[in-house]
Amino acid sequence: MNIPEGLFYTKEHEWVRIESDMATVGITDHAQSSLGDITFVQLPAAGADIQRSSAIATVESVKAASDVYAPLSGEVVRVNEDIVVNPEIVNQSPYEKGWFVVMKVKGLFEKQGLLAPHEYKKYLDELSE
Amino acid sequence: MKNTQLKYTPLLSIHKDLSARLGPFGGWMMPIQYRGIIAEHNWTRQSASLFDICHMGEFLLRARAEDISKDGVFTSSLSSIPVGSCRYGFILNEAGGIVDDLVAYRMGEDEWMFVVNAATKDKDLAYLRLNLPSSVVIEDISDKTAKLDIQGPLSAVVLKAFAGERIDALGYYRHGRFELTGQDTVISRTGYTGELGFEIYVDRRLAAQLWQVILADERVRPAGLGARDTLRLEMCYPLYGQDIDETVTPLEAGFERFVDLKKDFLGKPALLRQRCDGLRKRLAVFVSETRQSPRHGDRIYAEGKDVGFVTSGSFAPSLGIGIGMGYVENGYDWIGARVLIKNERSKLPAKISDRPLYMKGTLRK
Repeated sequence: MNIPEGLFYTKEHEWVRIESDMATVGITDHAQSSLGDITFVQLPAAGADIQRSSAIATVESVKAASDVYAPLSGEVVRVNEDIVVNPEIVNQSPYEKGWFVVMKVKGLFEKQGLLAPHEYKKYLDELSE
Repeated sequence: MKNTQLKYTPLLSIHKDLSARLGPFGGWMMPIQYRGIIAEHNWTRQSASLFDICHMGEFLLRARAEDISKDGVFTSSLSSIPVGSCRYGFILNEAGGIVDDLVAYRMGEDEWMFVVNAATKDKDLAYLRLNLPSSVVIEDISDKTAKLDIQGPLSAVVLKAFAGERIDALGYYRHGRFELTGQDTVISRTGYTGELGFEIYVDRRLAAQLWQVILADERVRPAGLGARDTLRLEMCYPLYGQDIDETVTPLEAGFERFVDLKKDFLGKPALLRQRCDGLRKRLAVFVSETRQSPRHGDRIYAEGKDVGFVTSGSFAPSLGIGIGMGYVENGYDWIGARVLIKNERSKLPAKISDRPLYMKGTLRK
């Protein structure tokens, strides 16, 4: 499973790239692989105020629907319309072209509780045991 | 499941070598997908796919034709099936509820084969032993019988290389004995995908070899139960345990054409009563207005009222939209009716449609 360095992760299988007060959010390689072919993505509106751990997006695969949760609190400034039109991008490029939203983060102190790459890897290993 | 010990098909290690994602289905550990459901679905519609369907059950019934004509259980006539043909139908409980849906094969003058669902196999066997006339001898051959399905527009040309020209003469819902790579098989031109296709019954010990030989043809790729489910849903074929079960009758499910009211069978008085009183709900199929899919258990609303529930729902790869099936109250199930499909996550506008949803299948070609 691909777990790039330089990102933070959640136990719900989201990733976050933090650049100053901006956070790009997506779902991990493990998440896209477990879901299988992704067929539908619903994103929040730009400008939406989001609380940490609330559902910000819906992802559907052929077999199932699931929510994507906000890893941090903040305001949605940009959403990736490409994955709404072509949801398979999330399968093909979960960490690059398949990003979901960019948020302007309120308090970076919330970074506590996010997982570093090696911690996320350990968590996945425990899940598969 | 009462018995939590999953059963394995003779192809399990082959599936593992193919990196299949495995999952439980009907008491068996089955391949759900290999490369991906959509890729496997599309390959079935354009070329040919091989499915491991060993979980399904097979019974042999032996009886004289005059005894089988008084079988008293199957909703279609067994004695009028020509030797070499198959017929779809149901066995019902007293209330007309569906105990199982099955395909009956007339193997010879005095021999029939029933192909039944995996999860219901033991229940069916007990039911048949209880309700068939004692002159009918029934044998469960499921454990020694493997079933491989090859489905797709190129399935006939692929099979011809092994089975010979005779395969071309096999009409829809006909079957025959064929020698495949030196093995005795029964092949029927039947399936669950809407495409031209065949179901192959072979000795369980020979299944792995046959699988490998057929897959060596590059026009054939393996497909799992995930693709089988999206393929059958586009054709609006019901899945037992999901779209039909003991709480619904064939009339409610819209399968009146597989019920012969001229013969006697368990549950027939209930169907006659229901036909007289009128149906309160019926199985409807619907298409979403977006790529979002209805899901099993979602509620169906029409004119602001809760009028039913979704039994099957999925993204339809050949149609590019979400589709589903479910029971809708009488009066709200007309073709073209707009409904709202609701769950805690979303409200999904959809429209009730005619069956089948996928029209370009090659099954009768």
